Amino acid sequence: MHEADSFVPLTWADMLHLAPELSLSALFIMIVLLDLVLPKRVNRIWIGGWLTLGSLLISLGFVIWQLLDRNSGGNAAAETIQLLANSYRIDDFGSLLKIVFLAGASLIVLLAIGSTKDDDAITDRAEYFYLLLPAVVGAMAMASSGNLISLYIGLELLSITSYILVGMRKKSSKSAEAAFKYLVTGGISSAFILFGMSYLYGVTGSVDLGGIGAAIPGAIADFKALLYVGFFFILAGFGLKIATAPFHAWAPDVYQGAPTPVAAFLAVVSKGAALAAVFRIMYNTAFFAATDLDAYISKDVFFAMLVLAAAGMLTGTTAALRQKQVKRLLALSGVANAGYLLVPIGLSITVVHSSNFAEFIYYLIAYLFMTVGAFAVLTAVNRTAGEGEMKDFAGMYYRAPWTAAAMVVLLLSLAGLPISGGFFGKLFILIGAANAKAYWLVAIMVASSVISYYFYFGFIRQMFMRSGGEEEEIRVPAATGIAIWVCVAATLALGLFPGIVMEWIDGAFSLQVDLLVK
Amino acid sequence: MSILPDIPILSFILLSPLLGLLVILFLPKHSGNLLKTAAVIATLIPLALSLWLYADYDKQQSGAVYEEQLDWVEVPLNKELHSDVSAFTFKLQYELGVDGLSLPLLLLTGLVTAMAALGAFHVKKRWKAFFVWFLLLEFAMLGVFLARDVFLFFVFFELTLVAMYFLIGIWGFYNRERAANQFLIYNGLGSAIMLIAFVILVNTAGFRVEQIGEQVQYVYSGSYADIIRNMTDAGAMVNQPAVNEMGALNPFVMSDTMHRTLFIMLLVAFGIKLPIFPFHTWMLKVHAEAPPAVVMIHSGILLKMGAYGLLRFGLLLFPEQAKSWAAVLAVLGVINILYGAVLAFRQMELRLVLAYSSMSHMGIVLLGLAAFNEIGLQGAIFQLVSHGLISALLFLIVGSLYERTGTTELTELGGLARSLPFTSGALLAAGLASLGLPGLSGFVGELLALLGLFESMRWLAAIAVLGVILTAVYVLRSVLKITFGPLPDKYAALKDARLIEAVPMIVLLAFIVLLGCYPSLLTDTVQYSIGDVFAQLLATRAGG
Repeated sequence: MHEADSFVPLTWADMLHLAPELSLSALFIMIVLLDLVLPKRVNRIWIGGWLTLGSLLISLGFVIWQLLDRNSGGNAAAETIQLLANSYRIDDFGSLLKIVFLAGASLIVLLAIGSTKDDDAITDRAEYFYLLLPAVVGAMAMASSGNLISLYIGLELLSITSYILVGMRKKSSKSAEAAFKYLVTGGISSAFILFGMSYLYGVTGSVDLGGIGAAIPGAIADFKALLYVGFFFILAGFGLKIATAPFHAWAPDVYQGAPTPVAAFLAVVSKGAALAAVFRIMYNTAFFAATDLDAYISKDVFFAMLVLAAAGMLTGTTAALRQKQVKRLLALSGVANAGYLLVPIGLSITVVHSSNFAEFIYYLIAYLFMTVGAFAVLTAVNRTAGEGEMKDFAGMYYRAPWTAAAMVVLLLSLAGLPISGGFFGKLFILIGAANAKAYWLVAIMVASSVISYYFYFGFIRQMFMRSGGEEEEIRVPAATGIAIWVCVAATLALGLFPGIVMEWIDGAFSLQVDLLVK
Repeated sequence: MSILPDIPILSFILLSPLLGLLVILFLPKHSGNLLKTAAVIATLIPLALSLWLYADYDKQQSGAVYEEQLDWVEVPLNKELHSDVSAFTFKLQYELGVDGLSLPLLLLTGLVTAMAALGAFHVKKRWKAFFVWFLLLEFAMLGVFLARDVFLFFVFFELTLVAMYFLIGIWGFYNRERAANQFLIYNGLGSAIMLIAFVILVNTAGFRVEQIGEQVQYVYSGSYADIIRNMTDAGAMVNQPAVNEMGALNPFVMSDTMHRTLFIMLLVAFGIKLPIFPFHTWMLKVHAEAPPAVVMIHSGILLKMGAYGLLRFGLLLFPEQAKSWAAVLAVLGVINILYGAVLAFRQMELRLVLAYSSMSHMGIVLLGLAAFNEIGLQGAIFQLVSHGLISALLFLIVGSLYERTGTTELTELGGLARSLPFTSGALLAAGLASLGLPGLSGFVGELLALLGLFESMRWLAAIAVLGVILTAVYVLRSVLKITFGPLPDKYAALKDARLIEAVPMIVLLAFIVLLGCYPSLLTDTVQYSIGDVFAQLLATRAGG
């Protein structure tokens, strides 16, 4: 509650609720120390890689345990745990997203383990892995925070570690360039967000999301323009983080320069966390920016999100048509997918359509697996071929038939074709949009999917219909192989039995308790 | 008493190609003959099963119904805003069914695919992958004709797209990649429009409030049966006024504009597949570039999916709109017939002649649909089956000719009747069937469709008949060019069809003759099940 302004210290019992975050932080410090004290001859991939993976899995275990514990007996509306004057919340919204972040990060660590050995440009092998941990903690904080301050701290934790991670290939000038670009755009984005937040605080006198939501209807009459400024700056700032059009221009450059696993991290975890933040902020504040007299602010802000979504989908897919560089292409595909993910957020809640979160998280899960899988295949191919051009995939049918088959599944999912998680993810979002009568958006979504066939099938053309210069078999490292096949299996499972996941989400998530910060 | 209704026969038919696919996956990659044999056997199973079903269905008349249903995807929707509701779900069923409309096409699929598998002798590389995609394609096509849930239908429809993309792009002729791309984008666009229409349909007509005792349930259903029941039920939400007497808005209402828009969307979506002029360019490329066995399937079955979809979703769900658009359909049909026929006459490449001929013949299907009476619809369905058989046979022969002569340019070919008497004979027979010689199946379809149209739109029917004459001209022109005239020396030593080529030719030809001489074999089946539905629709909803 926002009136609880006085400081409430954490108790030992609260520590238990924070187990996922705390365990991850503690293990992070432990790995840092290990890296420092252990002699050089100990393999850093082992310390960095496998220990980081272990830490992520431990934290994942805690989150799942929390989720099951809170929703035991099919009670989706279980009480939320509020910590530190409601600035940090343990609810199912956060828990579900944390599962996505941790699972995504684990897969990314796996593919990093597989790909680092051959990458001579990376000098600090262990750091490269364990820096992912604070980044994930930041993402988790963003998903769980109940006020603007803790949200911003989470955002910065995530951002600053990502800047370092992007520049991790120290011997490559491209990586340095990418890190610098990311630092600048990321800084601008943070500035935008902070600027917007300051307006919200100025108008409502509260940093608590619930407090802002409660105060907004009263403030509309006097501070309409200021509220617009606040909301739109926040949206623009997160638009940069999410990399939706027109804020996407940094993404191809950064992805190209960054180590491939880090690019996957930006595409999945970073993007997901920013989307989660937008989701939480807008539904607690802008959603209530409506009175009987004047309902425009709420409408306009949500409509702006839909416009961003449409722009992301169309720009991402059309720009990717002529792209020959795989990482740039995947970056642009990420722009389009950011658009798809923004649709359920921007649709707002109406009487006929209130399943936004389920649609959002289902597609996020599908997106996680297909994107990480595609990046994993890319690292496998890149080991033998150089720059990550589309034509490096040529003749893959002959060189690695099973990996090529795996890639087909992932590509079909990315293109939104059955039977795959991507198909149902898009279908659920489409149905949601049609429920909300946003037919123009339905048309744009479907149209951009069709455009995207061309470049996703471009991979298939290369893999199956062309023969490359090299005949040598591609050897996929075990860790990468595991990552690829987990992603493929999950993509297929999501395509064959989408109902199970959706039921699970519905059983855990409740609008009133888990989303709203009262 | 037959045991068929007691076993999940439809699922058996649908899944049997997958069984073959599994077997093929475990066979060694380089043993071509083994793979081919396995593939042929795998295609014979659904053929045998659907023949059995067809025979049994006839006896039953409209007795037992073949329907199988399983809840596939049941998505709970958020119901926190509806306090009075016990469940709010979105349902997507694994629902299969056959009626007189889909059964002949199902059988056609089994038959043509089996013959295409036999005729796939010209595949010279990567047999294993070829037959994997081939069987997946068969699975998808069977699924299209069996599915009774709009999204399940869509899933299978898209699956054919993916499988065809591989089949064209890897095993096609010189420009195969371009043909595959064009195929993908055009048909992707069609499917996209279809998906939008389906999503809107499920959102309005698919919604139903179910009352079970005290409990009220809201359900969005993708089931075709539910949708058509809601569309015809005046009490369903979709047919309620937009604002009820208490002033509450009804979000599920389908306005007249919406009806019309949806019908047009479906017309375009399936029109691309059919293909209706001007959406036909992709189909020419596929005819010219895909390997002959795949074109047999493409021309023999995939084009029929367009007509089937148009009939099942366009006409049956939106009879009023279809009726008011009948003239447009008929005009489009006439354009298809004449445009296809004239261009077929101008082509110097046999595969393109046949491509335009397919377009022309699909125009007749449109005429049958546009006639909007029972004879016309009978004719349309008959024409679908008949053209499926004829074009499969023609492309089988094209494959044989190409294998021997290395060309399908009309200028290069000639006099083959002397060196290839059997193949030439089959070509002549197929050509005669194509131009509608009485006694062969092509005649019956054209006659019924034109008769139907003559009842409702006399003048258009008269113009369409011109197409029949043109067909005779272009068919005879190419057939005679190939079989008669001087025989170039290089073709003198060619060997006639082997047994493996002759068998599918004979089988297809046998069916063509059988249907030509004994059309009620097909028309009766159609009549039993579809007659009632149409009579009812025509009487009650379209006002006669």
